[in-house]
Amino acid sequence: MARSVTQQRKAINTAVAWAVGLLIFFPILWTILTSFKTEAQAINDPPLFLFFDWTLENYAVVQERSDYMRFLWNSIIIAGGSTILGIIIAVPAAWSMAFVPSKRTKDILLWMLSTKMLPAVGVLYPIYLVFIRLGLLDTRIGLVVVLMLINLPIIIWMLYTYFKEIPGEILEAARMDGATLKEEILYVLTPMAVPGIASTLLLNIILAWNEAFWTLNLTAANAAPLTAFIASYSSPEGLFYAKLSAASTMAIAPILILGWFSQKQLVRGLTFGAVK
Amino acid sequence: MYLKNAFGAAATLSLLMTSSAFAETITIATVNNGDMIRMQGLTDDFTAKTGHEVEWVTLEENVLRQRVTTDITTKGGQFDIMTIGMYETPIWGKNGWLVPLNDLPAEYDVDDILPAMRGGLSYDDTLFAAPFYGESSMIMYRTDLMEKAGLEMPEAPTWAFVANAARAMTDKDNEIYGICLRGKAGWGENMAFLTATSNAFGARWFDENWTAQFDSKEWATTLNFYIDLLNDAGPPGASNNGFNENLSLFQQGKCGMWIDATVAASFVTNPDDSSVADKVDFALAPDTGLDRRSNWLWAWALAIPAGTQKEGAAKEFIQWATSKDYIELVAENEGWANVPPGARSSLYENPNYKAVPFSEMTLKSILSADPLNPTVDAVPYVGVQFVAIPEFAGIASQVGQEFSAALAGQQTAEEALAKAQALTTEEMEAAGY
Amino acid sequence: MATQHSRSAARIMMAPAVILLLGWMLVPLTMTVLFSFKKYLPLRGGDLGWVGFDNYVRFVSSSAFWPSVQVTLVIVGGVLAITVALGVLLALLLDQPMWGQGIVRILVIAPFFVMPTVSALVWKNMFMDPVNGLFAHLWKFFGAEPISWLSEASIQSIIMIVSWQWLPFATLILLTAIQSLDSEQLEASEMDGASPLARFGYIILPHLGRAITVVVLIQTIFLLSIFAEIYVTTQGAFGTRTLTFLIFQRVLESQNVGLGSAGGVYAIILANIVAAFLMRIVGKNLDS
Repeated sequence: MARSVTQQRKAINTAVAWAVGLLIFFPILWTILTSFKTEAQAINDPPLFLFFDWTLENYAVVQERSDYMRFLWNSIIIAGGSTILGIIIAVPAAWSMAFVPSKRTKDILLWMLSTKMLPAVGVLYPIYLVFIRLGLLDTRIGLVVVLMLINLPIIIWMLYTYFKEIPGEILEAARMDGATLKEEILYVLTPMAVPGIASTLLLNIILAWNEAFWTLNLTAANAAPLTAFIASYSSPEGLFYAKLSAASTMAIAPILILGWFSQKQLVRGLTFGAVK
Repeated sequence: MYLKNAFGAAATLSLLMTSSAFAETITIATVNNGDMIRMQGLTDDFTAKTGHEVEWVTLEENVLRQRVTTDITTKGGQFDIMTIGMYETPIWGKNGWLVPLNDLPAEYDVDDILPAMRGGLSYDDTLFAAPFYGESSMIMYRTDLMEKAGLEMPEAPTWAFVANAARAMTDKDNEIYGICLRGKAGWGENMAFLTATSNAFGARWFDENWTAQFDSKEWATTLNFYIDLLNDAGPPGASNNGFNENLSLFQQGKCGMWIDATVAASFVTNPDDSSVADKVDFALAPDTGLDRRSNWLWAWALAIPAGTQKEGAAKEFIQWATSKDYIELVAENEGWANVPPGARSSLYENPNYKAVPFSEMTLKSILSADPLNPTVDAVPYVGVQFVAIPEFAGIASQVGQEFSAALAGQQTAEEALAKAQALTTEEMEAAGY
Repeated sequence: MATQHSRSAARIMMAPAVILLLGWMLVPLTMTVLFSFKKYLPLRGGDLGWVGFDNYVRFVSSSAFWPSVQVTLVIVGGVLAITVALGVLLALLLDQPMWGQGIVRILVIAPFFVMPTVSALVWKNMFMDPVNGLFAHLWKFFGAEPISWLSEASIQSIIMIVSWQWLPFATLILLTAIQSLDSEQLEASEMDGASPLARFGYIILPHLGRAITVVVLIQTIFLLSIFAEIYVTTQGAFGTRTLTFLIFQRVLESQNVGLGSAGGVYAIILANIVAAFLMRIVGKNLDS
C-alpha cells in the first residue's frame, strides 16, 4: 500500500520535474532545431517542430564565412589558460586564509570581491591604453591575464570556502606525526581539496568562456574567441534565424558538452560555503 | 574562362610592377553586410594577384563602430583597413588619423567615383576613404498590393500620397502592413530615417548658431506624421524594427511599402530569399513639395588608419576592392544584380547593369541627395541624415531612444521632442558650442 | 594558535594574489579618477585639460542619471527575487525521488552555460519578436494580440532573460544545501504531524538562509554590471538604460571619456554601497 503511494508520488514528481526541465531547456533546444532548418522554414507559420527537411546547409555557410576552429581554439586557450593560472595563484592564498586566519582575513576577502564591481565599460580606455603600451592588444596572453584577474576573486572565495571545511584536527594530527608543510599540503590537503578545486576549475572555465566584453574589445584577428565569432552573426541582412541558430549552437556546444559531462563535479562543489 | 585568365594575368603583371615584392598579411575590420561578406568570399582573387593575405574581422555594425573608434582614437594600430562611413570619414580625416588617398594610380580612375560619394568621403578636398558601395534611400513597394488598393505609384510621390496608399494597403488580419519604416533607436537606425524625412518637412537639427531646433513646429509635424502613420499602417513592434527586421518582413511579403536603403533592392528582388521578388517596384523617396526629398546619402568605405606599417599592401587592397575590375568579378560570379552599387558612375553606363530593375532609381536617388544643402532653411552643418560633428552619434542615439519610446506609445511626440531639445542643448553646451 | 613562522609563510602565500588584484584595481582606478577630472574628448583631440568637478556635476545633473540608478536596482532586485524564489521551488522539486533525475538536472543547468550574447540574441529574435517570434505564434494561437515584448514590457523582458540565465546557478547551490539537510529531523517532524508548509517554513527555509545569502551575494556582483543583454536587446531604449549602459553611452557613443569616467566613479560608489549593505548581512550569516 505504502509502496504504491510512493510510486504514485514518484510518478507525479517525475512528470512535473521533466515538464519544468524541458521548459527551461526549451530555448536551447529550439535554437538547435532551428539551426537545421532552411531560413524559410525557420520563420514558418505555424512553427515547425520536428517535421521539416533537416539540412546542414547553415553550418556549411557559417563555416565558409568564418574559420570556426580558430575561434574555438582561442576560446579554449583563453578560458583554460586563465583558469589554470588563476588556480595556481589562488590556491596558496586561499590556503593561508583558511588555515592561518588573522583578524583581517575577512576584510581582505571582501575587498577582493569588491574589485569585481569595477564597471568594465568605465575602464575600457585606461585598459586599452595600458594594453597598447605593453603590446598586449589582440594577444591570447593579454586576455588570459585579464580574465584571470576578473575571476580571481571568485576563485579565491570558492577555494577558501572548501579549505575551511577541511577539519583542522586532521592537519594537527599530521603535524604531530611530524609531517612537514610540504607533506601536509601534498598528502593531506590536496586529496581532500581535489573535488573543490575541480569544481572551481569548471565554474571558472564557464565564466571565462562566456565573458563577452573584454574578449571582444581587446582582440582583432589573432586572439578573437567565440564571443567575437558570434558578434558577426548578430544581425546580418535578410532572413537570418537559421544561420544565427547555427552560429549560436557552434558557440555554446563545446561548453555545454563539457558542462554536461562534468556536471557531477560541478554540482558537488558549487556551494560557496553555502552548506555547513 | 580563357579571357578571365588572360585578364587576371595582365592585372597581376601591372600590379606587380607598382607594388613592393613583399607579401604581407593585412587585417581588415568590416561590417557584416551582404556585400562585404561577398568580398570576403572573393579574397582569394586579391591574394592571387598581389600575394598579400587578408585577415578579416567581421562585426555587427554597432560593435564595429565602437571597436574601430576605440582603436583609432587611442592609436591602437589593430587594423590596417577599417570599414567606415560618410559620418566618420571627414571627422577622422580632419584629425589626421587617416592616410590620404589622393595618390591612387591613373588606371584606378578616381574621377569615376560618383561626385556625391567622393565629396562625402573627403575633407578639405582630400579623399580619405574609397567607397565600397554607396546608397541613398527610396520606396520599395508591392505592385500587386498597390493595384489591389486601386492606386498607382508616381515616380516621385508626396508623403500625402504615401500615407494614403499605406492606409489603403493595410490588412492587419492577414498580416499585411501598408508601410514598414525604421523605429529601432539608434543614430544609424531610426534617426537616419527621421532626420532625412524631417528635411522634406522643412525641419533641421540646428539653426545657424548651433541652437537645437526640436522645439520647431516642423519637427512636431514630422514626428506626429511618422507616429500616426506607423500606428495606422505599420507592423506591430515597429519601435524595434531596424533595417534588418524590415527587410525580413518585406521579404516575407508583410509590407506594402518600405522606405529604406537602395541596397535593399537587390535583396528584395532576389527570388532565393524573397517571396515577393517578382512583385516589387521602386520610386523616389517622398517629399512634401518643399524641394527636399526624404532620401539620405551614405557610403560604406575603406580607409587606412595613419601609422599602419602595411600602408602599401592596404592601398593595394583598396584599389582592388573598389575598382571597376572588382565589379566585373562580382558580376561574373554572382550576377549583375549583386555587384556593389552606388560608388562608380561607369557602373550606371554599363548596359548589363542598366538591365537590372533598380539601377536607374538607385542612381536617381543618389543624385537627388545633397549633403551640402540638406535642408530647406540654412544650416551650419553638412550631412543629409546626420550632422557631421563628433557629438552627433551620442546625441542622436539618445534622441532616437526618445523617439522610439514615443512610437511605442510610452510618451507623446511632444514629450519626446521636449526631452530631445533639452538633452541636445545639454550635450552641445558640454561640447563647448 | 598559529605560530609566527606560519604567519609569515601565510603572508608570502597570499602576496601574489593580493598584489595582482591591487594592481588590477589601482591602475585602472587611478586612470579613471584622473580622466574624470579632465575634459577628455578623443574625437576632439583627446586630453583638453583639467576641469575640476565639472564632469561629476554634469553626470549627476543629467536627466538620465537617477532613472538609470533606479533601473539598475529594479533589474538586480527583480532577477534576485525570481531566481531565489524559483530556485528554492526547483531545488525542492529536484530533491524528490523521481526517474531520470540526472537528465532533468542536466536540462535545468544548461542555460548557465550559454553566453549572455547568445541567449539575448535567441530570446530577442526567436521568442520575443512580435511577428516571427514563438511567443507571437503562441499568443495568436490563443487569439490574443502579440505583445511587442522589448518595447511594451522592456524591463520585464530583460529581467526574464537574465533570470533564465541565473536560475540554474541559484538552483544548484540551493539544491546542495537542501541535500545536506538532516533527513531525520524532517522525518521526526513528519511523525509529529507537521504539515508540509510548516516543515518548509520552520525547518527547510531557515536551513537555506545561508545558501540564499551566498546566492544573493554572488549574483549581485555579476548582475550590477550586466551589459550584453541590454546591448543586444534594447540598446538602452524604453527605460532600460542602466548605470553601466549610461556610462557606455557617455564613453563610447558620445566619446566623452571624462564624463564617462566620472560615471564610472559613481558606479563604483553605488556598487560599494550595495556591497557594504550585503556584506553586513552576509558577514553575519557566514560567521555563525
